Amino acid sequence: MISNEPDLDQRLDRREAMRILLENRGDLLLVTGLGSTTWDAASVADDERNFYLWGAMGAAAMVGLGLALARPDRRVLVVTGDGEMLMGLGSLATMGVQRPPNLAIAVFDNGHYGETGMQASHTAAGVSLTGVARACGFEQAFDIADELGLREFSARVHDATTSLFASIAIRADEPPRVLPPRDGVLLKNRFRRATGAET
Amino acid sequence: MDELIAADMSDWRDGVFAALKAAHIRQVGYVPDAGHARLIELCRDDHEIHAVTLTSEEEGVALLAGAWLGGQRGALLMQSSGVGNCINMLSMTKTCRFPLTMLVTMRGEWAEFNPWQVPMGSRTQAALELCDVLVYRVDRPEDAAETVAAALDIALNGDLATAVLFSQRLIGAKRWVK
Repeated sequence: MISNEPDLDQRLDRREAMRILLENRGDLLLVTGLGSTTWDAASVADDERNFYLWGAMGAAAMVGLGLALARPDRRVLVVTGDGEMLMGLGSLATMGVQRPPNLAIAVFDNGHYGETGMQASHTAAGVSLTGVARACGFEQAFDIADELGLREFSARVHDATTSLFASIAIRADEPPRVLPPRDGVLLKNRFRRATGAET
Repeated sequence: MDELIAADMSDWRDGVFAALKAAHIRQVGYVPDAGHARLIELCRDDHEIHAVTLTSEEEGVALLAGAWLGGQRGALLMQSSGVGNCINMLSMTKTCRFPLTMLVTMRGEWAEFNPWQVPMGSRTQAALELCDVLVYRVDRPEDAAETVAAALDIALNGDLATAVLFSQRLIGAKRWVK
């Protein structure tokens, strides 16, 4: 049951969920997807170790995979929305084959396309992204509905021994936009500088 | 270039692999393809290369963006039909100026049996150029390694996107009836 009335909807607040995922982040590297999860990350704090996608819908998880393979010494967290993940559904199969232990995918699932007018997504009709992830080979795939579960997942991101997947049920609302830099070259170069990327 | 000359050139694909190694390529994304079969096998057998099999070519554009963020160089292997799958992802390559080199085996341009390959094959180069990808064609086996090396150089030195098209005449038309 979807409701836009916060007091009737007990699901997690997306900004609070992002804040919990980034608490004590240590040297965690973050990739966010187009578009609300990018604003969520910016609302916590802009950080040079965040790579925000402002486009290329469906790319977030695969950017995370390439980064995780390149940096086995660092933890990589991808936070994206249900619509963005649905557009890259095949990437779950690709990640399921690779399964680097330092990669975690967290989907903020509100069952809606928030950026385009709150149209219902496939997950609102019952498509289970966690089920897809599990079927693709993610041995640790979770449906998370409360803060306790989210905090457990957040801790696991830092010590997992296989790739993680979580679908996190969040309220379908639209908090005020907080916009990070959108110059792609700037975001790329500052990320590489801040994380000591070599090439 | 010495490494390239020293490589076993009996198959031009060995020369292409030597060019990838000389450029320190560490991640190779690919969708299985007959024309690239030997190159894929060489990449899979190389312990320094992450060979990542993709469900769709666009995944590879994103994979290699992530690789570059993490300090690794990459190359993306596909058939000409896969270029069409990459178009929107190439907006990220351009906006962020990620270096990218795509190695494309051509279909639908030379003695093609399957007419369904022709629409994409005949527009592959134009589609790439519309997306500001620099395109180099290889028609002769002796040019393959050098062209790949040049395409990698210009991409990695200039934060640009390049593609090498291996012509269908070079690869040989697919045999449908044995």
